[in-house]
Amino acid sequence: MAEEKNENQVETTGHVWDEDLEEWNNPLPRWWVWTFYATLVWGLIYTIAYPAWPLVDRATSGFLGYSSRAEVAADIDAVEQANASNMESLATIELASLSDNADLQNFAVNAGAAIFRANCSQCHGAGAAGVQASGYPNLLDDDWLWGGSIDEIAYTVSHGIRNEQSYDSRWSEMSAFGEILEEEEIAQVVAYVRSISNQEADAALAAAGETVFLDNCASCHGDDGAGMRDLGAPNLTDAIWLYGGSEELLTETITYSRFGVMPAWSEEFRGASGLSMAEVNAVAAYVHQLGGGE
Amino acid sequence: MTDYVKLVVLGVIVLFAAVAANFGRDLAYQVHAIIILAVAGFLFVRTLRRTDEPKPVIDQGEYMDDVIRFGAIATAFWGVVGFLVGVVIAFQLAFPALNLDWAQPYANFGRLRPLHTSAVIFAFGGNALLMSSFYIVQRTSAARLWGGNLAWFVFWGYQLFIVLAATGYLLGATQSKEYAEPEWYVDLWLTIVWVAFLAVFLGTLIKRKEPHIYVANWFLLSFIVTVAMLHVVNNLSIPVSIWGSKSVQVFAGVQDAMTQWWYGHNAVGFFLTAGFLGMMYYFVPKQAGKPVFSYKLSIIHFWALIFLYIWAGPHHLHYTALPDWASTLGMVFSVVLWMPSWGGMINGLMTLSGAWDKLRTDPIIRMMVVSIGFYGMSTFEGPMMSIKAVNSLSHYTDWTIGHVHSGALGWNGMITFGALYFLVPRLWNRERLYSLAAVNWHFWLATIGIVLYAASMWVTGIMEGLMWREVDANGFLVNSFADTVSAKFPMYVVRGLGGVLFLAGAIIMCWNLWMTIRSAPERQYSAAVPAE
Repeated sequence: MAEEKNENQVETTGHVWDEDLEEWNNPLPRWWVWTFYATLVWGLIYTIAYPAWPLVDRATSGFLGYSSRAEVAADIDAVEQANASNMESLATIELASLSDNADLQNFAVNAGAAIFRANCSQCHGAGAAGVQASGYPNLLDDDWLWGGSIDEIAYTVSHGIRNEQSYDSRWSEMSAFGEILEEEEIAQVVAYVRSISNQEADAALAAAGETVFLDNCASCHGDDGAGMRDLGAPNLTDAIWLYGGSEELLTETITYSRFGVMPAWSEEFRGASGLSMAEVNAVAAYVHQLGGGE
Repeated sequence: MTDYVKLVVLGVIVLFAAVAANFGRDLAYQVHAIIILAVAGFLFVRTLRRTDEPKPVIDQGEYMDDVIRFGAIATAFWGVVGFLVGVVIAFQLAFPALNLDWAQPYANFGRLRPLHTSAVIFAFGGNALLMSSFYIVQRTSAARLWGGNLAWFVFWGYQLFIVLAATGYLLGATQSKEYAEPEWYVDLWLTIVWVAFLAVFLGTLIKRKEPHIYVANWFLLSFIVTVAMLHVVNNLSIPVSIWGSKSVQVFAGVQDAMTQWWYGHNAVGFFLTAGFLGMMYYFVPKQAGKPVFSYKLSIIHFWALIFLYIWAGPHHLHYTALPDWASTLGMVFSVVLWMPSWGGMINGLMTLSGAWDKLRTDPIIRMMVVSIGFYGMSTFEGPMMSIKAVNSLSHYTDWTIGHVHSGALGWNGMITFGALYFLVPRLWNRERLYSLAAVNWHFWLATIGIVLYAASMWVTGIMEGLMWREVDANGFLVNSFADTVSAKFPMYVVRGLGGVLFLAGAIIMCWNLWMTIRSAPERQYSAAVPAE
C-alpha cells in the first residue's frame, strides 16, 4: 500500500504504523478552511457587539448595549403596559358586576386561565376536573364546598383552605371517628350515607346508621345530609364525592378523617410569589365561568 | 516483598470496610462498604495463596491482549445493560405506572435515569475506550502495555467504580450533578484508577518503538488527561461524615452550575468526542484498508477541537443566572467549534474515497460510515442549538434528548459496534465473524431505531418548546405544563420502540460475537511485538 497514490497524486507522509496504517498528505479542503475562517470572523464581530470578554472586575459590555435581563424586563413591561388599564379595572371592580362588562370579563377569563394553568392546574388538573383519588375538587360541576359565587371563589383563592398563611383561610376539621365510634357503628353510618346518596346499601345497616348519623354527623352535614357551606361540610346526598363514595373509601374517610389543604394565593400572604388582587379576581372569573358558577 | 505490602494494604482495607459497614449512616454507604469488604477480602485470600509461589514468567515480546478481551466482553455486557435500562425508563415516561409500586423507591425514573446515562456513557462507552486505548496504543507503538499488571488494575478498578456508582444510584446516593452523580468516595476511587490508566497509556507511548505518535493516540491521550482534570475539579466536595455517602459541593450557586456544565459539556467533548475520534482514526482506516485522508487536517482539527471545546460549556446555561458575557462566549466558541468537529468527519469519510464499493459488501464499514454520518449531524446540531435564539426554544425540551441520542446511539454506539466486530475475531484468533448477515441485521435494527428515536424527539421537542412559549393576544399563556406532557405521549411510545430496536440489534451482536468466539474458523493473528 505504501506505493499507492490517491487521485490527486498526493504522497503519504511516509510514516507507517501497525503494518499498514498510513496517512495521505492531502491539503485541507478549501471549503473547510473558509468556513472555519468565516465562523472565526463572525465570532470576533459577535463578541464585540455583545457582552463577552471578561476583564479584571467586569466584562466588555458590547457596543449594542445588550442585556438579556433588560430584554426580558422590556418584554414584560410591554405586556404589562398593554394590559395595565384592564388590570387596574379588575383590581377594583365589584366582581358580581363583572358580567356587565363583556370586554373586561373576556379579558379576565383569559388572564385567569393563564394564571390557573401556571398555579392551579398542578392539583386541579389542566382541564380543572380535579383528581378524585387525591381529594382535589372538580371545578367544572356545580357542587361547591365553600360557595360557588364569584366572590366566594375569589375569597377561597385569596385565603386558601386549612392553611396557616392566612388567619382567615377556610377552616373546618372533621373528627377521626375511628377514635369515637365502634367499627360496627361506622359500617352502619357508611351504609346510611350510601343510602341517602341513592347507592346500593344494606337496608338494615342503613336504618341503624341513621341514628348514628343524626348523633354524630348531622351537626355539620345537616339532618338531611345536604351539607353546610359555612363549615365546608360536603353535601352527601348528591353523587359527587371528594374522595370517593365506595364503601371502602367512605369507611376510610369516616375512620381517619380527611384534611385537604389549599395555599393562600394572595400576595398579601405570599409576598412576591403571590397573586395580585386583579389576578385573584381574574382566576375567580375563569373558574366561575367553567360551568358551575353561581 | 510486594506481596507482603499488598497483604497489609488489603488487610487494612478489609478492616476499615468492616468498621464502615458497621458505622455507616446510610444504606448506600453500608452496602458499598460490604462490596469493598468482599472485593478486598477476596484479593487478600488470593494474594495470600500465591505468596512465595514462583511468579509466572510473562513474555515481554507479546502484546497484552487478555485485558482487551475482558474489555470487549465488558463493553458488550454493559452496553446491553445500559440500553435495557434506557428502554425501561423510556416506557416509564410514556406509562408512569411502570414506576412499579413494589419496587419503590429503588426503581423509579429518578434513580434509573442516572443508572442509564452512566451505564451507557461510562460503563459501555468507558469500557469501549479502555479496550480500544489498550489495543491501539500497543499496535501503533509496537510495544507491550507499560506497567505489568497495572492494566488489570485499571480494568477491574473501573468495573468496581461502575458497580459502586450503579448500586449507589439505586440506593439513593447521589451528588445530584448530571453525569457526575457518584458520591465522594466513589469519585476518589475513580481518580486513582484514572491516574493508573494515564500511567499505563503514557508509559506505553514513551517506550514506543515507532518514531512518530499515531494520530489516534493524540486523541486518546487528550481524552485521558482532560477527563482527569474535569473529574477532579467538578467533584471537589467535602464529605459530611467519613461514615456516610453525603457530601457538600465546594462551589455554590451559579459558580457550581458553571463548573458542572464545564464538566458536563467536556465529558461530551473529551469522553464521547475526542476519545471516540481516537477509535475512529484507528478502526476506520484499518477496516477500509486505506490511509487516513489528510495528516494536515488531523493536526489542525485536533488542536482546534481541544482548544475550543473546553470553552463551550456555558451554552448549557443560556438565560439563567449566568452572566451574559459567559453565555456569549459559550455560544461563540460552540459555533466556531463546528468546523474543527467536522474535520474528524471529513477525515473519516474521505478515508473511504476510492473504497465506496465496500459499503455494499462490508456491513462493518457501513456501520462505521453511518457512525461518522451521525457524528457530523450531531456536531452540526450542537453548535446550532447553542445559538441563543435556537436555545430559547430547544432548552429543557426533548430536542436536547434527541440530540444527545443521535450522538450517543449513532456516533458512539455504532463506532463501538464496528470496533467490537473488528476486534473480536482478531483477539480470539478467528478468521472472520460468525455471521455477516447478523451484522447486517444489527446495522438495520440500530439505524431504524436511531431514526425513530431522533425523529420522535425532534417532533416532540419542538412541539413542547412552541407550546411552552405560546401566548395569546394579551400575552397570557395558552398551555399548561400538563397539556404539553399529554401532547407528547405518542412520541414517547415511538421513542421507546426505537430503543427496543436498538437493544434488539445489540443482543444480536452479542450472540454473533459469542458464536464467533465459539465456532468461527480459526486463524492465528500475530500477537508478537515487532522486533526493532
